[in-house]
This record gives sequence, structure tokens and C-alpha cells, in this order.
Amino acid sequence: MNIKAIEASVLYGILLPVLLLVLVMAVNVGPVDIDLGKAIQDWLNDQTTIESLILFDIRLPRSLLAMLIGATLGLAGASLQGLLRNPLAEPGIIGVSNGAALGAVIVFYYGIAGIAWFLLPLGGLIGALVAMIIIFLLVGQNRSIITLILAGIAINAIGGAFIALALNFAESPYAMQEIVFWLLGSVSNRSVNELYIAMPFMLVGWGMMLYCGRFLNALTLGEETAKSMGFNVARMRLVLILGVTASVGAAVSVAGNIGFIGLVVPHLIRPFVAYEPRRLLLSSAITGAILLLIADIVVQILSDNGEMKLGVITALVGAPFFLFLILKSRNVLQ
Amino acid sequence: MSLLSGHGIDYLIDSIQILEAIDIRVDAGELVGLIGPNGAGKSSLLRLLTGVEACTQGEVRFDDQPLGQISAALRAQRMGYLVQGAMAYWPFRVEKVIELGRIPYQKWWQQVSSDDQKIVEEAMTKTETLAYRNRIVTTLSGGEQTLVMLARIFATQPDLIFADEPVAALDPYHQLHVMEILRSHATAKRAAIVVLHDLSLAARFCDRLYLLNHGRLHCSGSVSEVLTRENIAEVYGVDSHIVCNEKGVSVTSLSRISDHHP
Repeated sequence: MNIKAIEASVLYGILLPVLLLVLVMAVNVGPVDIDLGKAIQDWLNDQTTIESLILFDIRLPRSLLAMLIGATLGLAGASLQGLLRNPLAEPGIIGVSNGAALGAVIVFYYGIAGIAWFLLPLGGLIGALVAMIIIFLLVGQNRSIITLILAGIAINAIGGAFIALALNFAESPYAMQEIVFWLLGSVSNRSVNELYIAMPFMLVGWGMMLYCGRFLNALTLGEETAKSMGFNVARMRLVLILGVTASVGAAVSVAGNIGFIGLVVPHLIRPFVAYEPRRLLLSSAITGAILLLIADIVVQILSDNGEMKLGVITALVGAPFFLFLILKSRNVLQ
Repeated sequence: MSLLSGHGIDYLIDSIQILEAIDIRVDAGELVGLIGPNGAGKSSLLRLLTGVEACTQGEVRFDDQPLGQISAALRAQRMGYLVQGAMAYWPFRVEKVIELGRIPYQKWWQQVSSDDQKIVEEAMTKTETLAYRNRIVTTLSGGEQTLVMLARIFATQPDLIFADEPVAALDPYHQLHVMEILRSHATAKRAAIVVLHDLSLAARFCDRLYLLNHGRLHCSGSVSEVLTRENIAEVYGVDSHIVCNEKGVSVTSLSRISDHHP
């Protein structure tokens, strides 16, 4: 609690250059060393060389994807924690993650993932959409927030059950391994295509969540007071949850389940923005992007043979940190 | 013309009658007290009058316009609602909490302007909260927190303030302080309506009282018309001693009436 809140300009003045720096470091990492300057020069001259191919077709899409997913998870975590006024909420809580994961697993299960590159993310998006429709029907009826959380847990459990079923009856150990590896979460071997398919949903979702910032600030005084401050609480809640669903659904569709970023990032940032839910949004998005990029760098450095999955490292670092937070924050938050 | 009026208000939740046939009005310059035993429907009535909930039957008018026809933003600018046990869920600095009162004037992308800051400053002066503007609101005492929440409402600069049991659980000093602030707000074109359990405070500060019982209006009028021994016995089920002299009215509950069934 000794951390002093800092001005927005200072905060972004630190976060944005760090993000840029980490991005440069990320595209520098890989099985081969390339000259970034030459790669950019070749690309500008419209020459297809090994360097420009590696940078623009392999590394940059991967790093940008990690960046967008990290930002999505940080932003979604901050949004949901603000909405529920509970620092233990995370993007997966409303059930969309397992919905998307189930959609992708079904594609794997029927062995059609290899037919066309878009089938896997498409399956994920359809799964997320189905979860979203269920959530929409529930939230649209102006149910209490507790109902929403419990329904989210139920949707997650249903998704998990069908994933278990798919694993149970997987055709071969190889198919099973494919599913499990995908579920662990990773951005390796992703192309510009995955970037293009996920980005529109993410950007729309981001817009919806950022639009709710003022509402989240008002919610600091409770739903009743927020209503009296002119907010249609049921409508704003719906906008926010659809924003989370669209962006997180897209993220899981292209990269699998990457945990703990959405849970931990808002905690890291909150003291620096004086606990203001609205200021937390954008700063959590940038921090999420930074952390996931760093995690992806670590993954690539550690992986000489058989790559360690991104979701594994975020869980390995995130879970103990989460425990630390619970023990520490017990006294600060009611 | 009344600043706020309600006519024939019925309110049902899951077909249970919460309020029935309530008529109420608040004129400019008035501090109106809403009293009655627990579960009488005082808070529900307040929610309907603020527009946070909609009546099942009847109509609420503000400035002679039906409440439903006034935009949510305008309503939020002209009415301030202090909920029962108001609190902040995040450990905000006091000044930040009060700045939230400017939200009804901001578009979704806008931040606090220097004009807003000036108004927040005035609200802190009015409520004497300047001294702890930099403290964390959740670490303040109950009395201090109530003053901060009241300052948040003053930062909105509303015409009409609704306060739901603002002095419950406060010490006598803070009770008087909060009531004095509300009293001084209710002048000229402005007014306030307050839910109270302390009948002596109600008698002391309010211009008129509405006494609710079982979702119906038992009676209304001036302090001396409403706070009679008979009314208190009938509605609250207690025998009381009422003293009226040049220092004000005070109501003391003496004993429960044994055949009263609440």
C-alpha cells in the first residue's frame, strides 16, 4: 500500500516505450539470428529474402498476436474486476474461454484442422459465439450478477466436460496430444491469417470495454448509485460482457487458453492508477501485452527441443503470484 | 408548483404489494422527512421517486414533467441520491470519490476538467471534508464517510437531494452536522427528502413529515400534526413521551405496547 499513484502521462510514458522495446526484443528472438535492419530494408525494397520472410511472415505476426492477446486478457480482466467489484475475477469466469476451446477441440476431434487453416479459429469462434448467446440470454434478462457468475461457471464446466469427452474418445494418441498441446495455449507457428481473423473481434471488444470506463467508475459506489447517476446498469453490463466475450473468444480461438494474465495484470497496475477502474483499463491492456510478449520471449529461449507452451509459463509464474496476492490483499480489500 | 410529486403510487415486487396509493410532494425550499417502522416501504418509495425503479401504478413528476420523460443524464444532474449505507468498493482517495459526482456531466471519453475540480473543491468546503481529501475513503470513520458521500452529491449540484437514513449509526455530532448540511441545502429553489428513524431529529429539522406504515401513508403534515402520541403508538407500537418547548420537539420511546402486531 506504499505505492503512490502516478500521473497518466508518466504511466503511459513508461509503459509504451517498454512495450516497443519488448516488441523489438521479441522479433529478435528465434532459432536463427537475423539482421533486423537488413530484413526491414529488403521488405521496403520489395525484395523477398530469408531475413524479410522470417521477420514479416513468421516473427512479427507471432509477436503481434501475443501483443493483442495479452492486451485483450489484461483489458478483459480489468473490466470484469471492475464490473464485479471483485479483484479475483478473470476473463474465463463468464464461460467464454471454454466455449471457444470446445469449438476448436471439436475441429481437432474430427481431424479436419489440417484441411484449411481457418477451420480451427473458426471452430473456436463458433464455440465462443454459442457461449456468448447463452450469456446474452442470461444477462439480457436483467439477472443478478451472481446468477451471471454461476452461469459462467456452469458454461465452463459444460465446455470442460465435452473437451474431456473428446479426449476420452480421441482416435489416436497423436490426436490427443494435438488437442492437449493446443489447449495449453501458444502463439507459435501462427501466421498473419490468424492475426486477421482475430483482430476485428478483439478491436470491437476493446472499444466496448473502454466505452464502459465511466460506468465502472460510477459502479465504485454500487449499482444503485450508478443507476441514480444516469446509467442503465443492465445495458452497460451487457455491453461490457459482450466486449469481453468477443475479444476473449477471438483470443482463445487462435491461441488456446492462456491463463493468469487477466487475473494478475490489473492487480499489478491498480495501485499506480489510484484504484480507479477506468484508468485501469488501458494501462492493464498495455501491461498485459508487455507481459505476454515477455512470456513468449522466455518460451522461445527455453525451447531448444520441444517448445514449452505459453500457457504453461503464464500459469507457472501467475499461480504462485496469485497466491501471494491473496495473502497480501486480504487486509486491503473487503 | 411542487419540485417533485408522486400521485397514486403502487409498487409490487413479484406480486407482493410493497407500496399502495401513495401521494407525496416536495416543494422548493423544503426539507421533507420520511418516517415509519422497518419494512414500511420508505426506501422503496425513495427509489421510485429518484427514478431508479419504476412504479407499478401511478406517476412521479419532477418540475412538472413525468420522470420517465426526462433524460437519464438530466435526471442525474438535477437529483442526487444518497443510498443507505453508501460506501466505496475500491480504496479511493476522498477527492476521487467526490469527483465521481461530476460523472453525470461527462461524456464517456471525458475526464475531470478544471471547472469540475473547482466544483469538487466547493463541495468539500460545504461538507468540511477538505481536511481529509487525500485520505483513503475506506479508512475513514462512519461519520466522515457519510460526509464524503454527501460531498459527492454536492459535486453534482443537484436541485433535489434524496437521503436514505443518512444519520443511522452516526454519533450525535455527526448526526447534527449531516442534518444541518441537508437543511441548508433545502432553500430557495432546492429541496431535500430524508428517510429518518430518529424522530427527534425529524422533528427538529424537517418542514413536513410523511409517516408510512405497511406500504401505506398513515398520515402527513407538519411535525406537530404527525408526531402525536396516538400516531406513534399506532404505527410504531410504542408508548412515547413527547416534549415540545422552545428548544424543539423531542420524542422518547417509553415502552412497547404489548398487543401491537407489526
